[in-house]
Amino acid sequence: MQTAENRWFETTNYNFAFLDEGSKREIRRKTLKAVAIPGYQVPFASRELPIGRGWGTGGLQLTLSLIGKKDCLKVIDQGNDDSVNAVSIRRLVMETTGVTTTEETGEATLIQTRHRIPEETLREDQILILQVPQPEPLRRVEPSEEVTRRQHAEMDYSAKWLQLYENIVKWGNITIGADYPVMVQQRYLMAPSPIPRWDNPKIHQANYLSLYGAGREKKIYAIPPYTDVVSLHFEDYPFEVESFTGKACRHCGSTHTFLDEITDERTGEKLYQCSDTAYCKKRQKEQRGTEVSHGN
Amino acid sequence: MAIEPLQMSKGMTESIEKEIPLVTVKGLSKQFGSGCEYCSTPSHEEKEGNRCKHCGSIWAVRDIDFELYPGEILGVVGESGSGKSTMIRSLFLDEEVTNGSMTVSTYNKGKINIFNASAQQKRYIRNHVMGMVYQNPYLGLRMTFSSSGNIAEKLIAADNFHVGKIRERASELLDKVEIPISRMDEPPKNFSGGMQQRVQISKALANNPPLLLLDEVTTGLDLSVQAKVLDLIRSLQRELNVAMIVVSHDLGVIRMLADRTMVLRQGLVVEKGLTDQILEDPQHPYTQLLVHSLL
Repeated sequence: MQTAENRWFETTNYNFAFLDEGSKREIRRKTLKAVAIPGYQVPFASRELPIGRGWGTGGLQLTLSLIGKKDCLKVIDQGNDDSVNAVSIRRLVMETTGVTTTEETGEATLIQTRHRIPEETLREDQILILQVPQPEPLRRVEPSEEVTRRQHAEMDYSAKWLQLYENIVKWGNITIGADYPVMVQQRYLMAPSPIPRWDNPKIHQANYLSLYGAGREKKIYAIPPYTDVVSLHFEDYPFEVESFTGKACRHCGSTHTFLDEITDERTGEKLYQCSDTAYCKKRQKEQRGTEVSHGN
Repeated sequence: MAIEPLQMSKGMTESIEKEIPLVTVKGLSKQFGSGCEYCSTPSHEEKEGNRCKHCGSIWAVRDIDFELYPGEILGVVGESGSGKSTMIRSLFLDEEVTNGSMTVSTYNKGKINIFNASAQQKRYIRNHVMGMVYQNPYLGLRMTFSSSGNIAEKLIAADNFHVGKIRERASELLDKVEIPISRMDEPPKNFSGGMQQRVQISKALANNPPLLLLDEVTTGLDLSVQAKVLDLIRSLQRELNVAMIVVSHDLGVIRMLADRTMVLRQGLVVEKGLTDQILEDPQHPYTQLLVHSLL
């Protein structure tokens, strides 16, 4: 019978941050290369982890190889701090490192995220680590890895542009929702991971380091601070983010954040709330604070 | 109505005075296979054949030299396996050549051997300096994308990022090759073979290249469609003054299009000269055979 005591694996048997030092060093070396060539996908030897490939192993390996005893970690899943994925990853790192974790964006030194960038602007001393399912922006238009590598080398991105053109011809608009391709420092076409278009402008000339890890596809890439990141667009069809005009968060009333749409099952009514739960909670707290001070 | 006397414009006389070839190819050779010490250089002996007895490597193209002048059409004939397709694929940089040089006067003033250019430069050359029409439209077109999109791909590769202008140019080109504008957003897989070939031609012409390479464009099309495509090629050459290299095994096509003709056999040029000369008075036994087999 499993008891509460023996249910967890014996963390003391493992190295600090689960991976052995050799593996961590390899990942850090590949990360440095990725930082040196913004937007270029660096192959790395993706390690086995106690979670399945495709469940955030790329991001997790980056986190584990970078984390130190003094770090403070935040893990989010589509803006959410307490979904199953975020909780499991956070616990794995906590138990194998003993670092502190937080939900507060401002407090974290490392932020591992799946498919969102926090609403709060990060600082220079923070690192954002994104989980990536498909690192190759050209994969949808070219199935062969050999060919896409050559296309990157030759900066031959007309196939991706053609996809956007076909969108416009067929639907009158570019229909790519998440994972909208970006051009990094006028050189490499890059998949920003399936973040909503809303988050794309945040990466341009950002003051922090963003690292992208794809565990299943075994690739690491990076956007160093102050890098040009431009979403693809035609001269007469500019890039647009999602619009939430006339909608506000039902909890904090925000009109300047990315909103999730949910349906009330009983009434069938459409409701909107902040996708970044930590930011939403912070705003609610502030609002209560001001209410209290008003009351005084 | 008075007929105006034929006068040479100023530009014409100038170009005649100092005619510079658009394309100069020297010593173009292509070997398939690993090669060995016995076949390190292609033999020029016709009787020897192009296959090495020791290692089985094949010199598909052996030491071809030619020049092509602006607005001229050069025909290349030969039986299957004579190296026609390898030659034209080498010229379009689809194939790495073994030896030889090629310069184009409009690219870096003809000072650079295009065969040695970097991959990025080669891509630029393929998009700006040359257009290619393949025998099989599946090689030259993206069948599931729209026809205008096929042209757009070329225009985008040449840094045009304005959808309105791209569509304007695409409809202009499709109109020129008589594809109805109402069908410009249909995928070429919906089209007949002749229409697909015309879409391919308009795609090849998208960036106004001075050189167009045509590989067996009319093979497999029925006669009336063949005539239409040939007509189109002729009128494009007159209107746009594009130089062309036309590869065909069909002497009728060569007779109709080419000013000058090269006859290829086993990778060697066995005869070259003015097209009518070659067709009326063939000198080489193989050319004689070819001309006399014409039905």
